[in-house]
Amino acid sequence: MQRRQFLATTLLLPLAGAWVARAAEPADQKRLIVVFLRGAVDGLNVVVPYGDDRYYDNRRSIAVKNPGKDNGALDLDRHFGLHPALASVMPLWQKGELAFVHASGSPDPTRSHFDAQLFMENGTPGRAANPDGWMNRLLGVMPGVKTPSSAIAFGPQIPRILSGPQTVANLSNANDIGRQLPIDKPGVSEAFAKLYGGNDALSRTYQDSQQSRQQMQMADAAGDDKEQMAANAGAPLPNGFPTDAARLAHMMRQDPTIRLAFFQLGGWDTHINQGAGEGQLANRLKPLGEGLAALAKGLGPVYKDSLIVVMSEFGRTVHENGNGGTDHGHGNVMWLLGGEVAGGKVYGNWPGLATDQLYQQRDLAVTTDFRTILGPTVTRHLRLPDTQIATLFPDLPANGTAFSSVLRA
Amino acid sequence: MMMKRLILIVPLFLLATAAGAASLSLPPEAETREGALHALNRLGFGPRPGEVDQVMAMGVGNWITRQLQPQTIPEPMALTARLDSMSSLAATDSELINHETMLRKDKSDSGEAAHRDYNRTVLYEAQASRIDRALLSDRQLQEALVGFWYNHFNVFRGKGYDTVWVGKFENEAIRPYVLGNFRLLLEATARHPAMLYYLDNWQNSAAGSRGRKGEEIGLNENYARELMELHTLGVNGGYTQKDVTELARILTGWGLRDRAEPMRQAFGMQRQADFSLVFDISRHDYGDKVLLGQTIKGEGWREVERALDILAASPATAKHLAFQLAQYFVADEPDPHLVNSMATAYMRSGGNLTAVMRAMIESPVFWAPSTMGHKFKTPFEYTVSAMRAASVMPENLQPVMGVLNQLGQPIYGHETPDGYKQVESAWLNPDAMARRLSFATTLGSGHIAGQNFTVDDATIRTALPASLQPQTATALAQSDPQLRSALLLGSPDFMYR
Repeated sequence: MQRRQFLATTLLLPLAGAWVARAAEPADQKRLIVVFLRGAVDGLNVVVPYGDDRYYDNRRSIAVKNPGKDNGALDLDRHFGLHPALASVMPLWQKGELAFVHASGSPDPTRSHFDAQLFMENGTPGRAANPDGWMNRLLGVMPGVKTPSSAIAFGPQIPRILSGPQTVANLSNANDIGRQLPIDKPGVSEAFAKLYGGNDALSRTYQDSQQSRQQMQMADAAGDDKEQMAANAGAPLPNGFPTDAARLAHMMRQDPTIRLAFFQLGGWDTHINQGAGEGQLANRLKPLGEGLAALAKGLGPVYKDSLIVVMSEFGRTVHENGNGGTDHGHGNVMWLLGGEVAGGKVYGNWPGLATDQLYQQRDLAVTTDFRTILGPTVTRHLRLPDTQIATLFPDLPANGTAFSSVLRA
Repeated sequence: MMMKRLILIVPLFLLATAAGAASLSLPPEAETREGALHALNRLGFGPRPGEVDQVMAMGVGNWITRQLQPQTIPEPMALTARLDSMSSLAATDSELINHETMLRKDKSDSGEAAHRDYNRTVLYEAQASRIDRALLSDRQLQEALVGFWYNHFNVFRGKGYDTVWVGKFENEAIRPYVLGNFRLLLEATARHPAMLYYLDNWQNSAAGSRGRKGEEIGLNENYARELMELHTLGVNGGYTQKDVTELARILTGWGLRDRAEPMRQAFGMQRQADFSLVFDISRHDYGDKVLLGQTIKGEGWREVERALDILAASPATAKHLAFQLAQYFVADEPDPHLVNSMATAYMRSGGNLTAVMRAMIESPVFWAPSTMGHKFKTPFEYTVSAMRAASVMPENLQPVMGVLNQLGQPIYGHETPDGYKQVESAWLNPDAMARRLSFATTLGSGHIAGQNFTVDDATIRTALPASLQPQTATALAQSDPQLRSALLLGSPDFMYR
């Protein structure tokens, strides 16, 4: 009740309505959601090359078993299988909306989490000094109406991928999005508005904050499935991603100007006891799969206009280490999901797992540069010309780069 | 027992002979009101009411000289009383873990609740003691350095046993060493159970070793890599994957005593609950190694000592540490000459951290107008400095921890070993702005954590520079006097230090 009163008195209401009305062009409705798995997920146990005997030779205690066996992989294409904890996304695969690109990753050889993440986020592998993220650059060239919450980062900080000159909103705790804060009290907000009415960095951040909070609160409170949302919010939830994903989906459906979103999930750095069909990694994958399924379902009518990417900074060693885990590796698997994705297929050039086929004789090789997938797929999805690929990933060699979009023609 | 004593005695000895006692040579602008405020803001968590005047009266240089010798500064009763009231702070690592393990075994509902409560209490007390020391300790530089070095050697509270160990790690492996020799600090972290557990080295074993159940176990690279990338050389410090593997081999068997239980039984030693460092020869790789071009003969635990010597003495380490310290204390993009002079001080003094701090403080860059008031506070610095300025010291610190959580900097809560970032771009964002100003509003009203405090804007004003930014002055003049404290604490002048 309190929340509705607060929303009804917001000054920005008419303005937000105008944003909604103007964002009607088809090209302006495309959404992109990136889920980053920080810590280097073990892609070989996500999309399992069960058809390659060397996979089992290298992973005596942590290999995911063949399809059909107890806790075995879920068959994808008779060579690769999906980790059984990801059963919740199998319907999306079967509908042909989920694709994977295996043996993909960064051309940079680093095995530092932090450099590798930086390079995937700033989009310029090997060049750490570039401070902007490729999603922020994308926001700058994206067609359609821009609002202070056209891009939302879930978390208390703006990650590198969304850093840059374009305004980005963030949510440190999506569950309390509707709660009134002390600065919302009458008198207090006016006083701070005076203090931060200028054009300096803090003032601009304050103004963005006021606008984006109102816009996100309105999107969150709008629609006819509020009871369902309230019920979800009240229930004790074991993991935040499925709830946050459902909340974002709802907001995107209600407010077409919310176009880009970013999630980061941690806990993938499985140096010990990562488990096989069950265990530590399985326990992380399950809520990830459920969140993605919740996102696809929750987006409803706008799912057809949505592209969801799941990525991680690098893969892990092919050979399990001495403690039932894996150390830092190189090639990994990227996921693409959405209404326009030509899915039901594992893309990429499989390099094999024989020792002489491995990168530095220990890791899955990278045969597909992540930029050559994301560049064309993202720009095409957002109806941008191919020339904008260079905006996202400026260091890609102009000639001789094999681009491939994974969208349906 | 012996080991613990050794750890406590060595740094005190070093401190007493360190370069801290010699008088500082500071530029004249240091000995001004702005200089005193700057020193309190940068070498601590900002002034409490009256402190700027006190520092001016004793002389800024004298105050800093004393800060460089924290053992000469008595802790106030208000702090020692609060620390004494928290029983888990006095427990040993082994006592904590034994109690934790005992509670963990009881799978009844009440047993699980007791286990949760215990872990929650130990973690609360560790966090509360960090906040209390920052708020109340007169060893302000030491506490600022604890913030820096804990973050440098970050351990995450959410990983298993580390929930009950993070506070011990700070007290035993960080705080006693922050103005001593880096080599000792490095070793203290390397041998602490919290670190051995966090980066998995307790499991790291020679290829083909046998575990307790007879299973085959082997190498784990996790700690070896972060030891070079984050703790010493830096990511561009010139090491290769081969060096990571070689260092991991050197570190095989460097683990927790608990793992060595069968060996102890074999030697007829008494079972004692002890999770301190043990070097397990049965899991060590005795082959020779080559680390960063230097051959290290396979001879057991001395290899680790040699490796730490090599890493601590590297110019890459000097540069990496100097850059990070300068970024934390001086500027987001620190002046390269300043970084060089700090790295030189490190190399000349053989890794003496007091010498490095002196080089930084004596640099004119530290006192330049372009430095003063230009460093955006991290969430911890912001909340603590606001409570100090307003003289609000709540009994219950849970709400403060909640704010730190929302602002993205929960104490001991960074999951990965790189620690929190120390630059404005990491902390200035729309959500944080709304939450900082909300905290300022709550604090300014004097009602926090179920307690009422008298908060006076004239007092808070003394914690800010003599001349405020025009927008702050205007907003203050035009606002309800009741909101002045909130506006001062929420002002751009207070967001920066």
